[in-house]
Amino acid sequence: MTYPIDYRYTEDHEWIHVEGSRARIGITDHAQSELGDIVFVEVPQIGTEVAAGETLGAVESVKAVGDVLAPLDGKVVEVNSILEAAPETINDAPYTDGWIVVLELADPAQVDRLLDAAGYERLLSGS
Amino acid sequence: MLAAIGVESLDALFSDIPAAVRERFRPLGLPSRSEMEVAAWLEEMAGANAGSRLVPFLGGGIYDHYVPSVVSSLVSRSEFVTAYTPYQPEVSQGTLTAMFEFQTLICELTGMEIANASLYDGATALAEAAMMAERIRGRGRIAVARTLFPQFRRVLDTYAWGADLSLVELDYDPSGRCEFDNPADELSAVIVQTPNAFGVIESLQGLKRRIGDALLIVSAYPLALGLLEPPGAFGADIVVGEGQSLGLPMGFGGPLLGLFATRKAYLRQMPGRVAGRTVDTEGQVGYVMASQTREQHIRRARATSNICTNSALCALAATIYLSSVGGDGLRSVAKKNLENAHDLAGRIAQIDGFDLAFDGPFFNEFVVRTAEDPDAVRTRLAEGGFLVAPSKGLVALGVENALRIAVTERRTKAELDRFVDVLGGKR
Repeated sequence: MTYPIDYRYTEDHEWIHVEGSRARIGITDHAQSELGDIVFVEVPQIGTEVAAGETLGAVESVKAVGDVLAPLDGKVVEVNSILEAAPETINDAPYTDGWIVVLELADPAQVDRLLDAAGYERLLSGS
Repeated sequence: MLAAIGVESLDALFSDIPAAVRERFRPLGLPSRSEMEVAAWLEEMAGANAGSRLVPFLGGGIYDHYVPSVVSSLVSRSEFVTAYTPYQPEVSQGTLTAMFEFQTLICELTGMEIANASLYDGATALAEAAMMAERIRGRGRIAVARTLFPQFRRVLDTYAWGADLSLVELDYDPSGRCEFDNPADELSAVIVQTPNAFGVIESLQGLKRRIGDALLIVSAYPLALGLLEPPGAFGADIVVGEGQSLGLPMGFGGPLLGLFATRKAYLRQMPGRVAGRTVDTEGQVGYVMASQTREQHIRRARATSNICTNSALCALAATIYLSSVGGDGLRSVAKKNLENAHDLAGRIAQIDGFDLAFDGPFFNEFVVRTAEDPDAVRTRLAEGGFLVAPSKGLVALGVENALRIAVTERRTKAELDRFVDVLGGKR
């Protein structure tokens, strides 16, 4: 498994790719592998405001439903519409085409609290 | 036998129970009798039960409908009676096929897109519907018709208390139907029962439009749907009900059958088990449990409900019943209920000292106001061989000096004639 080094990560296996004042969010390769074949993705409504730790949505596979938590405070400005017809995109391309939401960040400095690629790798090997 | 299994005494079989606990056991003190004597003794005791002698005009959610023998004989087949939860679909195709058929029949009956494989009973099904609506809309408030069966309302109150959900009561008008004029945008749902606790058929026409985007939850009497327009046709979002009227005996109050149907868009919020149809690796049709990921044994605290089973054997009975009577049969049974009840109601209204409490349309149940003390009337009816519910249930709903009477297809002309005579004081 590879962890893009320019991405950030959370302990709940989300990845964050900062794009200026915005953050694109998805779930990691580890997460999609643990979940198995993804069959449904619950995404929030555009405009929804979330605080870090609140539920953004959920990813449902044949064997479990995992919540996607907001890693940072912000407002939902984009959701990945292809996931409705093709939820398996998350399994195939978790870091690129399988992104889930884009947040307009309320406080970009919060990004510093997130794990970097090395930190995430340590988390995985430690568990 | 003890020698055959290599055990020294009967006591040795209970050795796993700690001695300190075993010491607290007391003998039941039952006399030792032969099977024949015990059977006779039990029959004598059962004979004291008035219910077995009196003709029931009881209702309020559980009705005396005829159960065709095809239902009882098929339902007691060992393949069905001994089958457990179909966690392993490969060896549970029979159970899952029956569940799928059941779900399909409930969709047809209610006019809804999807149904689950059943819940425990109508009361908890209603409570689950309220919880589901709250999950979807999240407004913390639900409007509830005052005319729900009291036992349904009590269960709903319990669930609402646990979920911190506030219930706003909708009162009824002189016709016996509930009135709605609450601001819709503060509600997660509006709950209505039809026919209601007075037996009156609620008007669902245009209700969905008047409640904005609050979910419309309708609790319906399944057998009545053989004649009434299905709630789905009125835009109901969730339809629930007590399925006892579909091939289950009154059974002193159970076991019962919870029905639950909703829109396909809400599939993932629907509680309970859902049977699904798919194809195997050889392209053959097969049945599985679908949406298990939303159930509590997998989703845990965020599950749609804590239910982990269904009323499978009762659902099977309902499936056999509906399949055997068919649409035309169900319609004709419902029609007989309607005719018997209206015939009796009309004749009662002509007796001095009795009149119908409400003028709203009704199916097979109605409320009669009595000039005499209603419980004295009830006693007179019992002495004459008939059983009706005590009046206190109606008092709790704000109707004094009245009795509720239900008439099903099983009531014969002779029974109805005698009922009228006894009621009127002519034995």
